[in-house]
Amino acid sequence: MTIKNLNDKSLAWFKAVIFLLALMPLTKLGLQGYHNALGANPIEKITRTTGYWTLAFLLITLSVTPVRRLSGWQWLVRLRRMLGLFAFFYGSLHFLTYLVLDQFFDCDGIVKDILKRPYITIGFPSFLLMLPLAATSTNAMIHRLGGKRWQHLHRLVYVCSIGGVVHYWWLVKKDLTNPIIFAALLAILLGFRVAYWHLQSRKQHLFANASTAPLGRP
Amino acid sequence: MKTYRKTDIKPSEITSKALFHSRRRFMQMTAGASLAALLPTSVWAGEKLAGKKSTYTVDDELTPYKDITQYNNFYEFGTSKEDPAVNAGSLKTRPWTVTVEGEVHKPKVFDIDELLKLAPMEERIYRFRCVEAWSMVVPWLGYPLAELLKQVEPTGNAKYVEFISLHDPEQMLGQKSSVLEWPYREGLRLDEAMHPLTLLAFGLYGEVLPNQNGAPMRMVIPWKYGFKSAKAIVKIRLVEQQPVTSWMQAGPGEYGFYSNVNPKVDHKRWSQAKERRIGEFFKRKTLMFNGYVEEVGQLYAGMDLKMNF
Repeated sequence: MTIKNLNDKSLAWFKAVIFLLALMPLTKLGLQGYHNALGANPIEKITRTTGYWTLAFLLITLSVTPVRRLSGWQWLVRLRRMLGLFAFFYGSLHFLTYLVLDQFFDCDGIVKDILKRPYITIGFPSFLLMLPLAATSTNAMIHRLGGKRWQHLHRLVYVCSIGGVVHYWWLVKKDLTNPIIFAALLAILLGFRVAYWHLQSRKQHLFANASTAPLGRP
Repeated sequence: MKTYRKTDIKPSEITSKALFHSRRRFMQMTAGASLAALLPTSVWAGEKLAGKKSTYTVDDELTPYKDITQYNNFYEFGTSKEDPAVNAGSLKTRPWTVTVEGEVHKPKVFDIDELLKLAPMEERIYRFRCVEAWSMVVPWLGYPLAELLKQVEPTGNAKYVEFISLHDPEQMLGQKSSVLEWPYREGLRLDEAMHPLTLLAFGLYGEVLPNQNGAPMRMVIPWKYGFKSAKAIVKIRLVEQQPVTSWMQAGPGEYGFYSNVNPKVDHKRWSQAKERRIGEFFKRKTLMFNGYVEEVGQLYAGMDLKMNF
């Protein structure tokens, strides 16, 4: 066995470790909450932390395919669902924090926020876009939809990530350091896909040409 | 998971201030013992500062000392609210002078220790509302800015007052980033500056200002958003033209010269109708001029407050 061809048992272990690591931000928040160490504005702290990790997991999920293509470690794709679901998990916590702790079910306030606050106008649908992705993440759903349609649907994650980064960018008061880092990473990850697709279509084009055109020069 | 503090903490549960400070003082003493011999008689953050109770005081429950001193917007020491408490130790508040100049008959460079004795110290409990929609209640120590301005005798040309904070990236590491244009500059109209509520503050909670709260001297203008109250001031300039402040440069559409607390005029990106009082769970309605309508309302009679945000 090499790292390129991980066997099932090693992968299961690896997955378990990633699972526990992915729970660390939540564990830390929980411990801080328990020890009353969330600072002067605990709700803000929880909102910021869960939002940060939603974006982080979206980017980690999006990095699976490029890293797999570059390294040839095909097994990486088998971590993707879990990572994506963690993005959804932190996104849900982020949304619930806003709904319950921040607004306390103030529907009027929430509607106003969605209509009037650009960062919420974009953040709210970005979160909603994650719902169909999470709902169709099971093997059964992939079968029911069929691979091609499933794949098309799951390209929504690109829209969702862009929305998430814009949401972060627009809410920051002045220091844009973190939003810029997220935006740059996202640009690299999406740029990789564009470059890859471009290369693929050129290859296909060349292949198509090669099969019809005579090989030798006249 | 405890996500918030209840507001009805029993007095018995609160660490007594004496105990809180005994630890502080112990640490200062051990760490500072060797340094102490080298330093001139300086005012430690945490040293007692007394003031007589003022009538300019609200009845709201005080925000705990810990929250007031560990949740600060002070970009000179970093942009996150935990940063100032961590980084402000590098600020040297002695020796410190404050230059008062411009459209005045008697410009003067004041020593900070002279300023401490310039007028009787008062304790005033003010509401403090941040533009980010959170608020605190702070027992400040200081005296009206008018006391200082009277000493320098503004000329007839003086229409505005500009406050300039310290610019020294060696002491204020946040200034190594260009997140704002340094030095930090703020301003008031002269009548706002002369208003009895406008406080020149040197302390809080019965002691000298901690560095992260704007030591050794800061402004407190309780009916305006917190960023109007400049900290670590080194220069006060009386001018004829309305000064351009650091935040006006940073976001001309978002931060105006007046920046009065106003629930009806939203920030471009978020609502100002409500605020979260630090320590409380439910948001409360933001009050016009932060609840100081009676005192300052007439300053803005006839003004369009949406235009002059």
